[in-house]
Amino acid sequence: MNTLHEDLKKYLSGLREKKRSSLLPALLKAQELFGYVPEETVDEISRVLRVPPVDIYGVIEFYSLLYSEPTAQTIIRICTSPVCASKGSEKIKKALCEYLGVPEGTPSPDKRFMVESVQCLGMCDHAPSALVGEKTLTKIGSMKIPDLLTAAESKPENKVSGKNPVLSKRCCTGDPENIDEYLDSGGFGGLKFAMTMDEERILEVIKTSGLRGRGGAGFPAGIKGESTAGKREDIIRYVVCNADESEPGSFKDRVLLSTDPFTILEGMLIAAFAIKARKGYIYIRGEYFEQRRIFVSIIESARKRGYLGENIFGTGFSFDVEVRSGAGAYICGEETALFESIEGKRGIPRNKPPFPVTKGLFNQPTEINNVETFGYMTRIMENLAKNGDAKEYKPVSGTKLFCLSGDVVRPGVYEMPFGTKLKDLVFDYGGGIPGGRKPKAIVLGGASGMFVPEAMWDIPLDHEHLEQAGLVMGSGVIMVFDERRDILKIVLEIAEFFKHESCGKCYPCQLGTARQLEILKRIDEGAVEPDDCGKLEDIAYTMTNGSICGLGQTAGSAVMSALQLWPEIFKKEGVSVL
Amino acid sequence: MSTEKITITVDGKKITVPSGVTILQAAESAGITIPTICFHEQLTPPGLCRQCVVEVEGARRLQPSCISSVREGMVVKTDSEKVRRVRRTNLEMLSAVTDLSESPEIVRQMKQLDADEERFAASPRGSLKDDNPFYIRDYTKCILCMRCVQVCSSDIQFSYALAAGGRGFDSRIATFYNKDLPDTTCVFCGNCIQVCPTGALKAKTEGNSTGVQHDEA
Amino acid sequence: MMKHEKTVRTTCPFCGVGCQLDLSIDQGRIVSVSAPENAAPNFGRLCAKGRFGTDYVHHPSRIRTPLIRKNLDSGKRTPVGMEGFREASWDEALDLAAERLSLAVKTQGADSIGTFCSAKATNEDTYIFQKFVRGILKTNNIDHCARLCHAASVAGLQKAIGSSAMSNAIAEMKNLDVFIVTGSNTTETHPVISTFLKEAVVKNGAKLIVIDPRKIELSGFAALHLQHRPGTDVAVYQAMANVVVTEELENRSFIDRRTENFEMYRKSLEGFTPELAESITGVKAVLIREAARMYAEAERAAVYWGMGISQSVHGTDNTLSIANLALLCGHLGKPGTGLNPLRGQNNVQGCSDSGGLPGIFPGYQSVADAEIQKKFEEKWNVTGLSKTAGLTVLEMSDAAGKGDIDTYLIMGENPMMSEPDLNTARKHFEQLKTIIIVDIFLNESGAYGDIILPAVPFAEKDGTFTNSDRRVQLIRKAVPSPGEAQTDWRIIQDLALRVEKKLGLPPSGGFAFQSASEVWDEMSGLVPAFGGISHQRIDREGGVHWPCPDPAHPGTPYLFADSFPRGRGLFTVLDCRLESERTSSAYPYLLSTGRVLYHWHGGTMTRRSVLDKIYPESVVEMNPLDAEAEGYEEGQRVSVSSRRGTIISRIKITERSPMGVVFMPIHFAESPVNELTKDLRDPEAKIPDFKQSAVRIAAAG
Repeated sequence: MNTLHEDLKKYLSGLREKKRSSLLPALLKAQELFGYVPEETVDEISRVLRVPPVDIYGVIEFYSLLYSEPTAQTIIRICTSPVCASKGSEKIKKALCEYLGVPEGTPSPDKRFMVESVQCLGMCDHAPSALVGEKTLTKIGSMKIPDLLTAAESKPENKVSGKNPVLSKRCCTGDPENIDEYLDSGGFGGLKFAMTMDEERILEVIKTSGLRGRGGAGFPAGIKGESTAGKREDIIRYVVCNADESEPGSFKDRVLLSTDPFTILEGMLIAAFAIKARKGYIYIRGEYFEQRRIFVSIIESARKRGYLGENIFGTGFSFDVEVRSGAGAYICGEETALFESIEGKRGIPRNKPPFPVTKGLFNQPTEINNVETFGYMTRIMENLAKNGDAKEYKPVSGTKLFCLSGDVVRPGVYEMPFGTKLKDLVFDYGGGIPGGRKPKAIVLGGASGMFVPEAMWDIPLDHEHLEQAGLVMGSGVIMVFDERRDILKIVLEIAEFFKHESCGKCYPCQLGTARQLEILKRIDEGAVEPDDCGKLEDIAYTMTNGSICGLGQTAGSAVMSALQLWPEIFKKEGVSVL
Repeated sequence: MSTEKITITVDGKKITVPSGVTILQAAESAGITIPTICFHEQLTPPGLCRQCVVEVEGARRLQPSCISSVREGMVVKTDSEKVRRVRRTNLEMLSAVTDLSESPEIVRQMKQLDADEERFAASPRGSLKDDNPFYIRDYTKCILCMRCVQVCSSDIQFSYALAAGGRGFDSRIATFYNKDLPDTTCVFCGNCIQVCPTGALKAKTEGNSTGVQHDEA
Repeated sequence: MMKHEKTVRTTCPFCGVGCQLDLSIDQGRIVSVSAPENAAPNFGRLCAKGRFGTDYVHHPSRIRTPLIRKNLDSGKRTPVGMEGFREASWDEALDLAAERLSLAVKTQGADSIGTFCSAKATNEDTYIFQKFVRGILKTNNIDHCARLCHAASVAGLQKAIGSSAMSNAIAEMKNLDVFIVTGSNTTETHPVISTFLKEAVVKNGAKLIVIDPRKIELSGFAALHLQHRPGTDVAVYQAMANVVVTEELENRSFIDRRTENFEMYRKSLEGFTPELAESITGVKAVLIREAARMYAEAERAAVYWGMGISQSVHGTDNTLSIANLALLCGHLGKPGTGLNPLRGQNNVQGCSDSGGLPGIFPGYQSVADAEIQKKFEEKWNVTGLSKTAGLTVLEMSDAAGKGDIDTYLIMGENPMMSEPDLNTARKHFEQLKTIIIVDIFLNESGAYGDIILPAVPFAEKDGTFTNSDRRVQLIRKAVPSPGEAQTDWRIIQDLALRVEKKLGLPPSGGFAFQSASEVWDEMSGLVPAFGGISHQRIDREGGVHWPCPDPAHPGTPYLFADSFPRGRGLFTVLDCRLESERTSSAYPYLLSTGRVLYHWHGGTMTRRSVLDKIYPESVVEMNPLDAEAEGYEEGQRVSVSSRRGTIISRIKITERSPMGVVFMPIHFAESPVNELTKDLRDPEAKIPDFKQSAVRIAAAG
C-alpha cells in the first residue's frame, strides 16, 4: 500500500502541469495502481493539482473506468452494444457471473475478477468482444467461460478493404510504429510541402477540397480551420484530434490508429501549421489501450526526428502533441465535453455558442477534428505536393471509411467513394448475409443513426442523398441485422446505451433517455399502454429539439425510425394494462 | 453591455433592445415572460433545464433564451406549439421523478402548459439526508438545477462542499465520498438553501410550516 | 419556498459586515432567515450565524422580568444563577438602580461610577446611554468593547490620517487588484466579506497576500503567505517599506501631494532590510521582497486586518506600520485602495460613532472642547458636563480594584468573559458595591449583578446598526418580546428620568423620546457627518454610508478621495518593539486567541443557539508535529496553563497552527481562555495583548 502511495506521489511530482488539466491522467494512474481511487489519494491529488476534493470525487463518479470503491484485480468488460449483443454477449456475461458466483459489478470473493457491461468496444468486426484488464479478446462467442478469464490477448485483425484506397493506402502495409518505413513511403511529404506554403493557402486548399468532418456532423473542415486561424501570433490555439471513438458500430479510428498512426499525426501537424497552433492533443478513448500505446510511441519517434518540438526544421514552427486518455464516457466524443475532460472536469457538454473555433479548449480557439479527417488532410497535402494543381485534390476527399458489421459475411472497414450504394457495400463488398438468411434491418450512423427502410437500400452514400432522405452519414457506421434478430431488442439496446451515456446535464436528455428506456422495456415485457407511441414521440421530439448536444439530439432517432418502419412491434402482444 | 440598439421581433412584436442582451432579457423588457427553472440572476446560467427554450427563425433547434444573445432582425417565438410541446414533455418527465410539492413555480408552469403530472410512470429518485443540525437535504425534491453546487463552489461561497456526482439520470448532488456535511468543507452558510427552488434544501426550523400544495398553485 | 405570515427586513446581529436579513415570521417566531439578493452589503449571501444563529432570540433562558439579587449587600460578591435572584417590578428595580446611582454621585462623585455601553446595541441605545451618563450622571467613564478589539487600529489610524473607519465599501472588494489580509481569519470572523475576497481572487484574478502566523483558509487562495512569528508584524511591514524605498517603487507624487514627514521616515527605514526582518520574523527575505513589490506595483491595493494587528501591546505601532506602507505606495483615496480594520461586532463602529467612548461625544467630538461642550449642553438642556476624558474599560477595572469606582452600569457587555487576566478582573469585580446590568440573558457578568434589567435583542426593536464600512442600516422589530423585557434605550431613558429626579436636577426634558427614529434625529442634529441620514432615508435606500452631511449628499462609500481628515497623511517613525510575554521552558507554547465561525464573542448568544451543536466545546489547535512530539491525540483532554491560570480543553490537531503556537477560541465559559491572557496594554490605545501568552499544556484526566 505504502509503496503504491509513493508511486503515485512520484507520478504527481513528475507531472509537467500541476494543475487541474492533469486531473484525469492522475486519476487514471491512481486507478491503475490501486484498482480504484482511494480517498487518501484524492487528498494528495487535490493538494498537488489544487482542485477541490469534492470536484475530484464528482469526476471519479462521472467516468466508467474510475471507481471510488475497491474493485478486483482484473475487470472483465463485456461489450453489450447491438452487434455484440446480437452475437450473444449478454449470455456470455451471465454465464461469467454465474461462474464467478457474483452479480455484475461486484468483485468475486477472492477479489480477482469483476464482470461489467461496457458500451461498444469498437470491435464490432470481431463481435462479440471483451476487455479483460487491458487485454482485448475478440470473437469470445466460441470460448469456454473459464478460458475467458485467462486467455491470451486476441488482437483484432485490422484491415481496410474497398475500391480505391486513398486514406487507407498505407494501412496494414508494414510496421505502423516505424518512422523510417513511414518516411520511405513518402511520409511527412504533405507536411513538408505545406510548410512551404502560406497558412491561408493551406486553409484555402482544404476548403476547396470539399473535405467534411468525419466524426458525424460533417462540417466543412476548411471553414473550421479558417475560423480558428487568425493573424495574431500571441493567441494560443489548439489542435485536437478526437479519437474518442465510442459510437456503437464504429471502429474505423481503431484501425487507422493501429495501422497508420503517422498519417493522423501528420494531419494534425498540417492543421497546426495552418492555424499557428503550438500545442495539440489527441484524446483516445480509455478502452483503446493498445492504440494509445502506439500513439505515444510514434510521437516519441517523431519528436526524436524533429517532426515535433521547437522550431520544426528551422521553419520557426513549433508544435507538440499530448496523448490524453478518456476514462469511459461516450459523451466525451462531443467536442466541448472532450475539452472539459482534458481540462480535468466531468465530461459535460457546453452550451454553444461560443463554438470551439473561438472558445474551445482552455477557452482558446481550437480546431478539433475526427481521426479520419486529419488523415484526409495529410492525403490532400500529399496530393497537392505531387500534382501541384488545386483541381486535382477534389477526388481525394471523395472517399470515406465505412464500418460494416453485424450479420454480414465480411465485416470490416471499407474505404469507398462517396456515392457508393448502400446495398452494394453490404451485399457485394460485405458479402451479404451469411448462411443464406434474409436481411431484416440496416442501421446507418450507429446508435445515433437510423434504421434505413428497405426501399432505400440502394441509396448512394453521400451527404446530399442521405440528407435529402432524412438519413445521416454519421461516422459511417453500417450495422446489418438478419431475419433472426428482434428489432425491439436492438432498439432497447440503443435506448440502454443512451441512458447509460447521457451526461445528465440537460433535462430533455437526462430525463428523456431514462423514460424512453423505461417505456421500451415495458413494451418488451408486453405491458403496453395506449399512449406509449405518443409518449415516445414526445420524448424524442423533446430530446431532439431541446437537448444541449448531439447526444441528446439524436438519442431518439433510432427509436423513431423503428417506430415508423415497424409500428406493430411497439404495440406488441396487444396486452394493455389499462 | 453595449449601448448599441437593435431591433428584434418577439411573438410578432417589434422591440428595440441593447445589443448583447439575452433573448430572455429582451422578452422581459417587452413584458413577455418566458418560464425558467435553473436560471438565477446571481449565478452563471447553466442553460440546462431547457424550459426557457424558444423558436428562433432560421435555427435548426430551439434556443435556450437565458443564454442566447439577440441578433439584429431576429424573429423569436416564445410560446409556439413546438416550444410548448418541449416544455410540457420536459415537465411531465420531471414530475414523474421528483416531489414537486414545494415547487410552486414549476407547478404553476405545469398548469399553464396543461401538463399531465401522471403521464409518465412515477419513478422517484433521491433520498432524504439529515446529517447536520441546521438543514435537511431532501433529494426526492431535487431537480438537479445545480444552483446549490454553483453557490457552494465558484459562484458565491468558494467552500466546495458540493459537486455533481453520478452521471445521466443517476446524477446527484454529492459530497466528498458521500460524507455527512459536518465532515466536509461545508461551512453551513446556507446560501444553497436560499437558491434552492424546490424546497429540497430547507432549514430545519421550517419543518413544521405548511408548504404550498400542488393544487394551491 | 415556504409561506409565512410575514417577512421582516433587518440587519444581522452578529459581526461587523452588517448583512441584510429577511426574517420569516410565523406565530411570533423566526422560522427561517434569508438574504435579499439585491441589497448591499451582502447581496444575498449569509454565513451560518446569520442564517441559523438568530434562534437565540427565542431561547427559554431569556430574562423576562427585572431581577434583584436575593442577598443584596451581604458581604463578598459571588456569581449566582437565576436562583440567586428574585423577580421584581420595573418600578422597584428601576427605583433601586436610580437610588444606587444617585447615591454614588452624591456621596462619592460621578467618577465613582463606571459604565459600559454595548457594541451589540443600536446607535440609539448608545446615544441615550451616553446622554444619560454624561448629561445626568456627569461622568465620562463610559467605554465599550471596541477598547478590547480595535482600539489600536483607531489610535494608529487617527494618528496617521485622522480617521479610523474602514476606507473601502464591501462592494468594492470584488474589484481589488492586490490586497493584503493580515491578522484576520476572515473566513471565520467576517465570513461574507471573505466570499467577496475569494471572488476577487478566483473570478477576477486579484492577488492576495496573507500575512498571518496561522495557516488560515484564505492562505489557500493566496499568491503569497508570509507566516511570521506572532508579534513581529512591525518588522514585516518596515521591511516591505524598506524594499519599496530601496527599489524606488514608492508613489512620489502621492507622497508629495498628500503626506508629510516622509524624509524622516525614509531615513528610519535604512538598514531595515528583509534579511534583518527574516531574522526577527522568520519570513524568508525573498518572500518579503515579493510581497512588497506585489503591493507597491499594484494598480489598486488595499489592506484588511483584524484583531491580529490590534490586540497587541504594540497594536498602535502595528497599525502605523501598515498605514506608513499605504501612504508610501499611495494606495489610499481611490476605489479598491485603502486601510480597512474589519470591525468585529455588529455595531462596534456605530457604538463609537454614537459616543460610547470616554473622550468623545457622538461624532468623535472631543469632551474637552469648550465649543462642543456648549453645543451639547444647549441641545441637551443641561449644565456642567465633565470636561475630562473618562476611563477606559480596563482602567475602570483598575479603579474598581483600587476602590476608586464602586458602581458599575453595564449594558449588553460581558467583561467577565472578555477582559484579560480574568482571575484578577474578577477580584476587582467582586469589590464593587453595586452592579446594574441591562441584558437579554444572565451571562457570566450578570451572575455578579445586583439589579438585572431585561432588555431585548435585535429582532425585537427598531433602530440602526452601523457596519464595518460605515453603512448605517435599520433593524426592525419583527417578533414580540418575552415577558416584560423592554427596549434598551427605553430602559435607560426611564432610569435617567428617575436619577434626574433623585439628584434634584431641573428636568431637562431630554428623555421623552417616543421612537428610535426620534432618538436618531436628535443625534444627527449634533453630528455633522450624520446630518443627511434619517431612519426614513435608510428605509428608502437600504443604508447610507457616513459621512453624509445633508439629505442631498449621497453618502461616502470610500474615504479620503481628496484629503485626509487630518490634512496630510503622517508618516510615523517606528521602533520595532518586540516586548510581550516570551515562551520559556516552563511555558513553551505561545497561545493566540480568537473567534471561530460558529460562535461570537462571549458566547452569550451563540451558545444559546443551534450553532452550539456543531461546535460545542473549546479546543486547543495544535500543529501535527507538536502534537506528535507531545504524544497528544485528536480530542484528548488537556489542561492549558499560563502564569495566571489554568483551564481545561481538548486537543485539535491542525496545520492551521504553526509549530510552537496554539490557538484557542474565546467563546467558552467552561474554558474561559482569558484566565490565561495577560493585562499588558498598548501604551496609547490601552488595548490588552490578547494574542500572545506563554502557556504550557499537560494531559488532563
